Amino acid sequence: MIKARITVTLKNGVLDPQGKAIEHALSGMGFDGVGQVRQGKVFDVELAESDKAKAEADLKAMCDKLLANTVIENYSVAIT
Amino acid sequence: MKSAVVLLPGLNRDRDMIAALTKISGTPPVTVWQTDTEIPDVDLITIPGGFSFGDYLRCGAIAARMPVMRAVAEKAAKGVMVIGVCNGFQILVEAGLLPGALMRNTSLKFVCRQVKLQITNANTMFTRRYQPGQIIRSPVAHHDGNYFADAETLGRLEGEGQVVFRYAEGTNPNGSINDIAGIINGQGNVLGLMPHPENLIEAAHGGSDGRALFESALGIAA
Repeated sequence: MIKARITVTLKNGVLDPQGKAIEHALSGMGFDGVGQVRQGKVFDVELAESDKAKAEADLKAMCDKLLANTVIENYSVAIT
Repeated sequence: MKSAVVLLPGLNRDRDMIAALTKISGTPPVTVWQTDTEIPDVDLITIPGGFSFGDYLRCGAIAARMPVMRAVAEKAAKGVMVIGVCNGFQILVEAGLLPGALMRNTSLKFVCRQVKLQITNANTMFTRRYQPGQIIRSPVAHHDGNYFADAETLGRLEGEGQVVFRYAEGTNPNGSINDIAGIINGQGNVLGLMPHPENLIEAAHGGSDGRALFESALGIAA
């Protein structure tokens, strides 16, 4: 079995109001020097597959077709 | 003139849409369920508002991958009219039937109020009963109505008259780019909008500004 972690983040230039709110909250809590904060998503996926290359191709297809909205989001796949 | 309403778990404006279509067309719409792979022969398919699949992953993302949406896409390709309202609009963009994306409101708040909409293209099958530039009232109720598209897509939408509804000056409730409230596809038969015209169709609603949208759509194929 292969385990993978998929990280989905907003593309540069796409406004992230949730990240902004977190950024302001952190500053308000006294964490000095907080720059930009961007919020994303993490998916841990288990695959019944032994071929790493095949698994990676499948995981990328999952991102393109469902896990990420490529209009506004980028993704990365890391097999752990 | 026949219409259909798509039903998905978590939608909550389906009864409003059924009531509006029944009152305006005189005939109750047929309903199709998420697992249906075929849609009966109709002239108009509507996808109502709500919170399909609890808004999990992204609003409309799971619904857009249900079998019924493949059937909607097939009908749309054949020229059948499709209207997606609110969550229905989010589902249409997630399904790739309309360009762009709908993101969290810039205020981060759920907005539930009445806004003013400008008819920016009255030459569509959904707006022909309105006057160009007309300002109408419409309720909105959403958390993720902040329309976004990349510069190239936006240029095409604006250039081809695909922006059909725009929030009138000062009433944009969600931070959407260019005050966009509703768009049509290039073929002109698929409309998505965040406001709820089905909730303003008779005196009991406090006005009937939304009625002409359905009259436009229902009249054209009559």
